[in-house]
Amino acid sequence: MDAIHALLIPILDLELLALIAIGTFAGIYVGAIPGLSVTMAVSILISFTFSWEVYPALALMIGIYMGGVYGGSRTAILLNIPGAPAAIATALDGYPMAQKGMAGEAIGIVTVVSFIGGFIGIFALALFAPLLADFAIRFQPRDYMFLALLGILLVGSLSGDSLAKGVFAGALGIGLGAVGMDPLTFTERFTFGTDALRAGVSFVAVMIGMFGISEGLMQLHTINTPAIKQKIGRIVPSWALVRKHLPLGLQTSSIGTVIGALPGTGGDIAALIAYDHATRVTKNPEVPFGQGAIEGLVAPETANNAAVGGAFIPMLTLGIPGDSVTAIMIGALFIHGLNPGPMLMVEQPDMFWFIVSALTLANVFMLVFGLTGIKAFVKIVEMPRSVLLPVILLLSIVGAYAVSNSLNDVYWMLGFGVFGYFLKAYGYPLGPVILGVILSRLLDDNWRRAIISERESLWDLLLGTLSSPLSLVLFVSVVLIFVSKTPLWGMIFRKRAA
Amino acid sequence: MQSKQPRRPGELAFNIAMVLGSLFLLWSAYGISGFEALSAPGAIPMVTTAIMVLCGGLILRDTLRKAPVKDETIAKDILPMPVIVTIAAIAAYALVLKPLGFLPTSFLFLTVLVRYLSNGSLLRAAVISLVTVAIIYLLFRIVFTVLMPPGIVPEGEIIAWFRALFSGKGN
Repeated sequence: MDAIHALLIPILDLELLALIAIGTFAGIYVGAIPGLSVTMAVSILISFTFSWEVYPALALMIGIYMGGVYGGSRTAILLNIPGAPAAIATALDGYPMAQKGMAGEAIGIVTVVSFIGGFIGIFALALFAPLLADFAIRFQPRDYMFLALLGILLVGSLSGDSLAKGVFAGALGIGLGAVGMDPLTFTERFTFGTDALRAGVSFVAVMIGMFGISEGLMQLHTINTPAIKQKIGRIVPSWALVRKHLPLGLQTSSIGTVIGALPGTGGDIAALIAYDHATRVTKNPEVPFGQGAIEGLVAPETANNAAVGGAFIPMLTLGIPGDSVTAIMIGALFIHGLNPGPMLMVEQPDMFWFIVSALTLANVFMLVFGLTGIKAFVKIVEMPRSVLLPVILLLSIVGAYAVSNSLNDVYWMLGFGVFGYFLKAYGYPLGPVILGVILSRLLDDNWRRAIISERESLWDLLLGTLSSPLSLVLFVSVVLIFVSKTPLWGMIFRKRAA
Repeated sequence: MQSKQPRRPGELAFNIAMVLGSLFLLWSAYGISGFEALSAPGAIPMVTTAIMVLCGGLILRDTLRKAPVKDETIAKDILPMPVIVTIAAIAAYALVLKPLGFLPTSFLFLTVLVRYLSNGSLLRAAVISLVTVAIIYLLFRIVFTVLMPPGIVPEGEIIAWFRALFSGKGN
């Protein structure tokens, strides 16, 4: 009965309901603007809501979180600038759809599948929280290392027509992620003796430079081409279209929930792994991946929204943040005198059910606001390019500066923008660079922890992997996916077919 | 997986630079901790830069095998004037942002670029810039309290005046 009462609190209290709605609405726009991150918005909110009661404070933050994860897809589709790292994979097929005048359709399907993914993540949170948390806590460093390797194998799907260029770009990204002081030994890596490099390269500067500036510079080649008129007919996708992609959406939602539940991995990695999953399980997409495949939107958007519910699992059951936003929320709960962790579930189960209910409402508001504001939003891409491009460039500069109020980040962004422009001009894919930067730390830290725990012995690492069912499953997945990207796979299956 | 595209102007030089850059990074990665241990801080950087050298070599080999494209030039198709002007405008923006401040720098940046890229009237470019800068300023500075360099604009006083106005103390 207590659970039902707690579930009804945000529904029956108009103030809480309004706060969730405002948070979700604001989150969509925060998420859509590059440089304004959900993490930043939630951290600012802590200072606003410091003196509030805990329920209203959480209601607003949960709304911002849910809306923000979804909002990143808007600019990814319309401008090829992912508003948030979780929307990087969405840009790969969303932007080509906008270039064909199908931005409304793309945003419509993304909104609906985000709702489905978000709902599955919340459902998993409500039903399997203790079970999934137990599973996540068993992950050893070697398992995280395999998870990072699984992510890196995505390079094969993001490479375009030259695998060598894709692998080069991915390795470059991992190298960029290693720049700065090594967190384990405080050794300088690729700093070349300069102070500016000791803190590492800002990921947001790389992301905005590679996606925002390089795309902006590339579009200058076609500055006089009239803007593509977007067909805004039916925004709500047909039930047939949703049903067709539901099986894939359910698979990628599960991927998103599990990855979201792993401490340290959030919607960005979930979306990339889900995208790779989609490229492997979709045999004959109507439109090829990278050119506007609906599957390329369904997979990352279900996964990153499912990861929201997933991220709350370790936070509420173990007190370990699932990602940066839940890390800040733990701080907020501490400020309000609560101790997230196993005892929270025992001593204050109403808090758990309140969060489940608030997430569900935020998910519903996301669907409503997502489907109603599209027409005005897509007008942006119909602006003349000579006006739109300078505005995009200014937003990119301000976004890069806003990350840490540093002009260094603006120079980095420009440097990566120009470098990305040349890479693009000569056929190198940019997706793998970002992928490498995201996964660099996860791979590096966990490889070293894993090999240290096995006393520097590769043989012992292999034995340890084979003796743990979880590690073995991950290891076999890495090997199988790697082989599937090589000509060997084709040879084996051709032989069988013959 | 060789690309069938012909070789673009400057592509060979770019790919040679990529190989040389990768070799330099491999040497730097070796300098982090050499072959000290599998868990050394330089282990992953050495592996990744070695992969860059290997792939860079393969890309260069493919580039050498491609026939050069006939109807493209660097000045027209790789680095046309609008691209150079835009890169210069962004660099200039970063240089003058601190001394001049966010509002005048952004206004000048947008006005110059919109005017240059659209060949329209200066007044139209200035009006578009004014409205855009006002929206961005409101969003970043007022709503999200991102600190932008004030430069020559007495921003603190203006914001204080607005706050006083909305709290009913302005006169």
